Amino acid sequence: MLESTDRAAAITLNKVTVRLGGRLVLEDLSLDIPRGKVTAVMGPSGAGKTTILRLITRQIRPETGTVRVGETQVNQLKGRELGRFRRNLGVLLQNGALFTDLTCFDNVALPLREHTDLPETLIRRLVLIKLQTVGLRGAAEMYPRELSGGMNRRIAMARAMALDPDIMLYDEPFAGLDPISLGVSLRLIREINDAQDTTSVVITHDVDEVARLADHCHIIADRQLIASGSPAELAESDHELIRQFMGGHPDGPVPFHYPAPDLAEQMLAGQAR
Amino acid sequence: MSAPTPATQPRMQAVRDFGRALLFLGKVISRMRFTRLQVAETLRQIYFAGVRSLVIIVTCGFFVGLVLTLQSYDALARFGAADATSTLLALSLFRELGPVLTAILFAGRAGTSITAEIGLMRATEQLDALDLMAIDPLERIIQPRLIAGMITVPALVLIFNATALLGGVVYAVFLMGTDSIVFWGNIQNTVELGRDFGHGMLKAVGFGIVASWLAVYYGWTAKPTGEGVALATTQTVIATAIVVLFLDFVLSALML
Repeated sequence: MLESTDRAAAITLNKVTVRLGGRLVLEDLSLDIPRGKVTAVMGPSGAGKTTILRLITRQIRPETGTVRVGETQVNQLKGRELGRFRRNLGVLLQNGALFTDLTCFDNVALPLREHTDLPETLIRRLVLIKLQTVGLRGAAEMYPRELSGGMNRRIAMARAMALDPDIMLYDEPFAGLDPISLGVSLRLIREINDAQDTTSVVITHDVDEVARLADHCHIIADRQLIASGSPAELAESDHELIRQFMGGHPDGPVPFHYPAPDLAEQMLAGQAR
Repeated sequence: MSAPTPATQPRMQAVRDFGRALLFLGKVISRMRFTRLQVAETLRQIYFAGVRSLVIIVTCGFFVGLVLTLQSYDALARFGAADATSTLLALSLFRELGPVLTAILFAGRAGTSITAEIGLMRATEQLDALDLMAIDPLERIIQPRLIAGMITVPALVLIFNATALLGGVVYAVFLMGTDSIVFWGNIQNTVELGRDFGHGMLKAVGFGIVASWLAVYYGWTAKPTGEGVALATTQTVIATAIVVLFLDFVLSALML
C-alpha cells in the first residue's frame, strides 16, 4: 500500500485510522493528492470518501496517523491557526449549503466581508467576477430558493472560490444534476483548477464524469485505498472490485444485498416483521 | 460511588443537559465580538424576534388586562373596593404577569422560530459551511440571536404592560364607568417605580436571557433531521416555561 512522504503532494494522508461512533471508517489509509491536479476520490457509498474530506478540512481528527496539507500538520491545528488554514480552502458541500436568508450576491460576498477589509465597491466587483465565472451574474440579487439545485451549487462554487484558495474540495458535486448542469459543473471545476492553479479534490462515485474530468483517481473500499492511477489506468484494471465499481455491476465484492438472514426462513417464520 | 439506577437516570440527564447548556452559554459569551457586521445582524434579529412578535404580545396583553380587570373589579366590588382595581391590575402586571407571560409568549413565537432556524441550518450544512469558511457560527449565528432576545424581551414586556393597562381602562373606565382620574391616580399613588416596576423589569431582563439562551441552545443541539428539529422546538417552549416560572419564584422571593 502507498505510504508517501512526497513533499510535492499538496495533501498527504499517512496511515490514517478513523473511528466514528465506534465504527471503524478508515483503517491505516495512506494517500497523496498531487499539487495542481484534479484528483477524484471514489468508492462505493459508505466507503469513507466524505470522511477523507472531513479529515482534510479538520472537521474530524484521525485516531492515529497524520494529515498534512502543504507543510501544515492539519490534525494539530486549532483556534486561530485552524481559521487561517481554512481561509485557504474552498469547500463545496453536497447541497451547496447556501444561506437561504441572503441573496446570491451576499452569499458570495460573505467570506470577503468577514475576512478582508476591502471597500464595498471592490467587494462588489470581485463578487460579480466570481458570479460571472459560474455564469450566474444575472442571478446576483435572487435568493437561493428562487434557483434550481444545480444553480445553487454553482453559486456555492463561486462562494468557495471567493478568497481564491489554493485547494478546492468538492463533495459529490454531480449528484442529482441534469445533463446540462453536469456538463457545466465539469467544465467549471476544470477551468477553476487550471486558471487559478489550484489543487482540486472531487469526492464522487460518478465513474463516467471522473473519466472526463480527473487527472488522477483514488478508489476507497473496505476502509482502505485499493487503487490509484489515471481514469484510463483504472478502467483497464483487472482487480475484481475496481472492475465492479468502474463497470457499475450490481454484484461482486460489494454485494447488492445488505447482510440478512435467509429469505425463505424469514418469510416462513410467521413474525409480524 | 454507586452507578445511577434507572430511576435516577432522568435526573442525571437533566443535570447533564443543564451543565451542557451552561457551558454553551459560557462559550458564546467568551467568543463575543462586536464588529459592524455583528451589530447589523443583531438589529436584523431584533426586528425578526421583536417586531414580528408584536401582534401576539399586543393582542394577549390587551385581553389579559381586560379579563384581569373584569375579574378583580367583580371581586373587589363585593367589598366596596372597586376603585382599587387599577392598583391590583398594575401591581399584578408589573410584578408578575407582564414579565412571565411575555417570556412564555416570546418562547412560543420567536424562541421556536430561532430554534427551528438554527436546527435547519445544521441539517442543511449551513453551520458546517460557516465553519469551513473560518467564520465562527457561534459568533455569526448564535451571538446576534442571543443578544437580540435579551434586548427584545424587556421591550416586549413594556409593550405588554401598556396594552394590558389599556385593556383595563377599556373595561373599568369605559364599560364600568370608573373615573379615569381615580383609575390612574390610584396607580400613581400606590405603585412604586423601583420596588414594583423596577423589579418587574429586572425579571424581564432575566427572563429575556433565559428565553433566548434556551432557544439558541436547543437549536444548536438539535439533531439534523425533521424529527430532531420538531423535538427541539417543543423543548424550547417547555423548558423556557418551566425555567421562567421557577426563576420567577426565586426572584420574587429575593426581591420581596
